[in-house]
Amino acid sequence: MATLWGGLLRLGSLLSLSCLALSVLLLVQLSDAAKNFEDVRCKCICPPYKENSGHIYNKNISQKDCDCLHVVDPMPVRGPDVEAYCLRCECKYEERSSVTIKVTIIIYLSILGLLLLYMVYLTLVEPILKRRLFGHSQLIQSDDDVGDQQPFANAHDVLARSRSRANVLNKVEYAQQRWKLQVQEQRKSVFDRHVVLS
Amino acid sequence: MVSAGAMSGSGNLMDFLDEPFPDVGTYEDFHTIDWLREKSRDTDRHRKITSKSKESLWEFIKSLLDAWSGWVVMLLIGLLAGTLAGVIDLAVDWMTDLKEGVCLSAFWYSHEQCCWTSNETTFEDRDKCPLWQKWSELLVNQSEGASAYILNYLMYILWALLFAFLAVSLVRVFAPYACGSGIPEIKTILSGFIIRGYLGKWTLLIKTVTLVLVVSSGLSLGKEGPLVHVACCCGNFFSSLFSKYSKNEGKRREVLSAAAAAGVSVAFGAPIGGVLFSLEEVSYYFPLKTLWRSFFAALVAAFTLRSINPFGNSRLVLFYVEYHTPWYMAELFPFILLGVFGGLWGTLFIRCNIAWCRRRKTTRLGKYPVLEVIAVTAITAIIAYPNPYTRQSTSELISELFNDCGALESSQLCDYINDPNMTRPVDDIPDRPAGVGVYTAMWQLALALIFKIVVTIFTFGMKIPSGLFIPSMAVGAMAGRMVGIGVEQLAYHHHDWIIFRNWCRPGADCVTPGLYAMVGAAACLGGVTRMTVSLVVIMFELTGGLEYIVPLMAAAVTSKWVADAFGKEGIYEAHIHLNGYPFLDVKDEFTHRTLATDVMRPRRGEPPLSVLTQDSMTVEDVETLIKETDYNGFPVVVSRDSERLIGFAQRRELILAIKNARQRQEGIVSNSIMYFTEEPPELPANSPHPLKLRRILNLSPFTVTDHTPMETVVDIFRKLGLRQCLVTRSGRLLGIITKKDVLRHMAQMANQDPESIMFN
Repeated sequence: MATLWGGLLRLGSLLSLSCLALSVLLLVQLSDAAKNFEDVRCKCICPPYKENSGHIYNKNISQKDCDCLHVVDPMPVRGPDVEAYCLRCECKYEERSSVTIKVTIIIYLSILGLLLLYMVYLTLVEPILKRRLFGHSQLIQSDDDVGDQQPFANAHDVLARSRSRANVLNKVEYAQQRWKLQVQEQRKSVFDRHVVLS
Repeated sequence: MVSAGAMSGSGNLMDFLDEPFPDVGTYEDFHTIDWLREKSRDTDRHRKITSKSKESLWEFIKSLLDAWSGWVVMLLIGLLAGTLAGVIDLAVDWMTDLKEGVCLSAFWYSHEQCCWTSNETTFEDRDKCPLWQKWSELLVNQSEGASAYILNYLMYILWALLFAFLAVSLVRVFAPYACGSGIPEIKTILSGFIIRGYLGKWTLLIKTVTLVLVVSSGLSLGKEGPLVHVACCCGNFFSSLFSKYSKNEGKRREVLSAAAAAGVSVAFGAPIGGVLFSLEEVSYYFPLKTLWRSFFAALVAAFTLRSINPFGNSRLVLFYVEYHTPWYMAELFPFILLGVFGGLWGTLFIRCNIAWCRRRKTTRLGKYPVLEVIAVTAITAIIAYPNPYTRQSTSELISELFNDCGALESSQLCDYINDPNMTRPVDDIPDRPAGVGVYTAMWQLALALIFKIVVTIFTFGMKIPSGLFIPSMAVGAMAGRMVGIGVEQLAYHHHDWIIFRNWCRPGADCVTPGLYAMVGAAACLGGVTRMTVSLVVIMFELTGGLEYIVPLMAAAVTSKWVADAFGKEGIYEAHIHLNGYPFLDVKDEFTHRTLATDVMRPRRGEPPLSVLTQDSMTVEDVETLIKETDYNGFPVVVSRDSERLIGFAQRRELILAIKNARQRQEGIVSNSIMYFTEEPPELPANSPHPLKLRRILNLSPFTVTDHTPMETVVDIFRKLGLRQCLVTRSGRLLGIITKKDVLRHMAQMANQDPESIMFN
């Protein structure tokens, strides 16, 4: 039974992984295909020359047209001076993907927001809820050195209680409590006893 | 972690009739793995697959899949590492600029992206555009003046504090293993140590998210070291999907070595440098197969990062420079001076940082991690804002220092006095007297240098993800640029001296201060980490020019010599020693003339060695022995009279085997005799059923005689990755040497505290 679950879990992770890989590739394709007109440009920086002050010219054209003659418009000098002026100008072709930037920033902010919400829930809301549901008497600390300030302080007795029942919701809660115990152990060795990671 | 059906024991006869014990073959947290056993298990597995592949087509396909699984894992690691690095770069870019202002048209654009499409940029103010507004403009509608400055200052500090506080809270609540650089612990893990959870999924998520936050908060740290940790977490995740790697700790470490290479590759845009870094700094055993696979993973990661294109111009790193101006032989002298500076700075940094970290470990300072992070962030933000060179992000600073001054540069460092009557066009390399801007820049850079040197000592090692590469490169780049400008001005003002006369002609190309900055950066990085080949390769992959290998090597070699004169350890080895990890460094040389008898246990006056006998101990005796002692394993001898060695049994496996036997096998009680031989011993008629434990016995433990020199013993431990080694004389068992004993002995010989070795 355990191997079946293990196999299903492995299959699930492989599927989600391939979905992730596909979405990454899709994102790359999207950023290539949906190239906004404004996402390519040729930037020419021309330093001061004779009486003309320095100027920066931007134009949304393709890479083969990215040179001084196509971009600098209107040309501030006349005739034979054009060549000398253009020699000093430096033209660079630049490309970006605004879709990628937007999607990345929004995904990052949503993950950060979710983590912050979960952190607030774990540290502030859950102890209050547990205290209201189970009353003060049930929060007997089994560890002698864990105070109420630690998050996941009551992981031990919830773990003990949930071992008797075995449906999906309790499996999730069991896994969550086991994770909390692990994090608590890690926190003790890193922050309190300074055993690992100085 | 259940390895159902795993064959255990190296060199054992395959006993197909016995039922396999579950959980046998896994390791406890904070213990060392047995490299030889893992290797032999992998050979067994491979042999089994090869023999079965001849049976049917399906088995053949399975064997092909098994062979290809290594490459699939590398591909996946490269993809994920590249993606995460791209996400981190884009997010850092945006959040760093968030401290100063916001883009009104689309809030997700950083300063440069916001002004990308704008037509109102002028040559002088090429950074300003109306779409990007600073906080003072947004809040009180003023952009110049004292009140605007103070408001911007305040907002900068508040944003920095917010980011740092969020980062340290997330680390504390979700994944305490995500703090620090990660490279010392990964070095230890790759040498065979087990730290459960260090490369887990939550650590991966939290490290990625908080890395963005701390780099954006303006603290003096980098993201290269943590990116190695992130890549190794990806490696661990993908290797757990394939049983070839998830069940074998030795094979898993091959994958982790390759993942570390991919991490450095995306951090610097240097695939070859990444592989060499993994080879030189991080890995312990690096077979040639791993070399090719690491290269593949590094290339895939670099390619993925390039496709995401975080910097908008198909470059992988922010400070990629591309000039090809030549350098001159006479310039080797300032380059060597920069090397000396790098070595001295490296020594100073390592000593001060270790002292501060030791204080954090042992005194009350370590009880307030969140407060410490907030205090350091506040101090950094308050001091960094007024100086424009520390206000910008460190990567941008390095980029500005590396870059050469063309006619188009508007930075203060390029404010040279142009002679308007010069007939030839202004070329790339200035050989002109410095203007006011350059002098201002020089003293600002000097102040920034001192500030960075001091504050990095306190920042590295805090309870947030922190890397060391970028701050060291910044220190070196600042020193190098100042030396470069100094040499340049010396060449201009004294162009009639002999050395300059042949080298610099007036109006001709002369000194490139940007090159000095690069050489300084390489020197400082080498002084701190003591990297050699990988440093030079990373630096020339960063610059794209093979012309500068000789100056880079000169500086790197000098800084390593100078730094080694003061202390043999780089920063990562120093942190390993500080934490007491059981890391037997391959670079240490053991040259003392001690023998195995001097190190083995039991010493004189200690209780005798706890041994198991071949067939005369009961289950109860063994359980008492296990309960009373905390040794990791017990030698098995023929009998207490003739102490001839049979083999070695691990504690964990004894416990599991006895527990299993009591539950599953019939008739096993406390008085049952436990035997390790093939045939059960002669027993009286009414005795309970005996327990056969030959399966868990290692029949080929390593032994040395008591007169073996410790040099050889240390070599054996290092080359074979042993955990313990038995000492015999004339075939009789005398004692045992464990890895901890070896490390303690080496520490004692080097006059360090032997009690600082904590783990087994």
